[in-house]
Amino acid sequence: MAAVLHSAPRTAPFDGLAADLRVRLGDDLLALAERHGEMVLTVRRDSIEDTLRMVRDEEQFQQLMDIAGVDYPDRAERFEVVYCLLSVTRNLRLIVKLATDEATPVPTVTTLWPNAGWYEREVYDMFGVLFAGHTDLRRILTDYGFVGHPFRKDFPLTGYVELRYSAEDQRVVYEPVRLAQDLRQFDYQSPWEGAPTALPGDEKAGAQP
Amino acid sequence: MSFSLEHSPTTGDEVIANYTINFGPQHPAAHGVLRMVMELDGEVIERIDPHIGLLHRGTEKLIEHKTYLQALPYFDRLDYCSPLAMEYSYVLAIEKLLNVAVPLRAQYLRVLFAELTRICNHMLNLGSHVMDVGAMTPNLWLFEIREDCLTFFERASGARMHSAWFRPGGVHQDVPLALLTDIADWLDTRLPQLFDDAMSLVVDNRIFKQRNVDIALVSKADALAWGFSGPMIRAAGVPWDLRKSQPYDVYDRVDFDIPVGTRSDCYDRFMVRVEEVRQSARIMKQCLAAMPAGPIASDDRKISPPNRGDMKSSMEALIHHFKIYTEGFHVPAGEVYVATESPKGEFGVYLVSDGSNKPYRCKIRPTAFSHLQAMDFMSKGHMLPDATAILGAIDVVFGECDR
Repeated sequence: MAAVLHSAPRTAPFDGLAADLRVRLGDDLLALAERHGEMVLTVRRDSIEDTLRMVRDEEQFQQLMDIAGVDYPDRAERFEVVYCLLSVTRNLRLIVKLATDEATPVPTVTTLWPNAGWYEREVYDMFGVLFAGHTDLRRILTDYGFVGHPFRKDFPLTGYVELRYSAEDQRVVYEPVRLAQDLRQFDYQSPWEGAPTALPGDEKAGAQP
Repeated sequence: MSFSLEHSPTTGDEVIANYTINFGPQHPAAHGVLRMVMELDGEVIERIDPHIGLLHRGTEKLIEHKTYLQALPYFDRLDYCSPLAMEYSYVLAIEKLLNVAVPLRAQYLRVLFAELTRICNHMLNLGSHVMDVGAMTPNLWLFEIREDCLTFFERASGARMHSAWFRPGGVHQDVPLALLTDIADWLDTRLPQLFDDAMSLVVDNRIFKQRNVDIALVSKADALAWGFSGPMIRAAGVPWDLRKSQPYDVYDRVDFDIPVGTRSDCYDRFMVRVEEVRQSARIMKQCLAAMPAGPIASDDRKISPPNRGDMKSSMEALIHHFKIYTEGFHVPAGEVYVATESPKGEFGVYLVSDGSNKPYRCKIRPTAFSHLQAMDFMSKGHMLPDATAILGAIDVVFGECDR
């Protein structure tokens, strides 16, 4: 572990938490990593409620600060649901995550924290991840009647519809998005890094004369 | 079933059914675009269903399509009442992934301006909270202070609100010495004078207390379970302040107190913020006294740009400048969750990097999200006009809540 040079928030050390969690979680724990000063647990999807209940009650992580969704389209189970927990007594943060896909629901944690309700609604709205047992799984941030899940990587940045006020109809109308100019996508990546160095003639370099 | 009054079997003995009203989305007390569907029994609130997202701009998606540096100004536009506090979490998250050291002067400058932002934010919130419950004058007086703050931001960064002044590795530009002396003068003269004048009208005011004391009581256990942070959790009596418990930059070198509430009502939330303004001024004075001279950004030329003078004479500096503002810098793969104490509570950034020059995912943890979610249980059993007081005490800004 390299020396800590940055001045980001300094929590208490993770003394023995990793070993403790390994014992307590057993087979439910798929991976445990400590990188960049964060402890990240990957757990089995079905055990999330029990895991978080244990972490809340036994390990004193009292607060659920956030639930984030992340989309990795190349994976078989493309979505990650990430729970960010905070312990105010031990002054620690913990990230717990699991993997799921479009069809498989994740057990809800609204039974543990009442504020999980909106976070799960947001993940559902943005990614289409379903939460089993959530009593009010409506969309939250997008418009009433919105179609699609905008934070998926295959959803275009411009979206599919745009909104304008129609003076004839005296109301706001949706129309297919029309761009006067293509959305500019710059490839800033340096051609000197990562590009295949297949110069013409190079293929002969390794050949036996 | 519907019947008119003439055909009612029990005329003169009507039972008033619950009815539903729509609060917002265009309502002056909604602090932005909030729609609340309220179920009322007479004038007593039975249930509130807040509908948010009317200001959703897809910031997190936009950030995924920008380099780390280009994404920074989006943070100013989240909570536009405390822009620098929003940038703070983001630059710290990047610095944590890069593991880059920030010079001491830059750390002091960031703390100084983060606290100035806190004052600026609280001026707006305290003023509008007072106005929500019926008083006009303090708001106008507090806006004087807010105007001063915005002028300071302008002198430091060139922009009154959307500064984009915190950068990974430090701050964008050094401040002129005259600005620091002016801030010091302002902290000694104008701020206490104007602020105490305005507060003298409010804090012991009978009407103000009637509207706020014992409104929306939240127990410690509830505050923890609902993910409260910032003044909301401190008013509930939990002395939890990230600046103290998880210090970042030079917060561990400055001395300040954490005000906590005793009754956990709207009045306590108000008073916690009032005291925070004074503590912020205290922190700023210490920053001004202790701030050393020196560089204001990391000397890692892959992360922070060279100064203009170097670019005129050094080819390497010119190349670095060009690379930073086109390709940007690459951030090591990994994920971090970094949260700072914004004026409204814990503002967190969950940043996932895949090793390229753009964030793979940047989840923003808004403070208002948990607080507004608790609106339903906090308002239950209160009168309709109390809803505005509760909303004012939450300190919600929709740029941040809806992202």
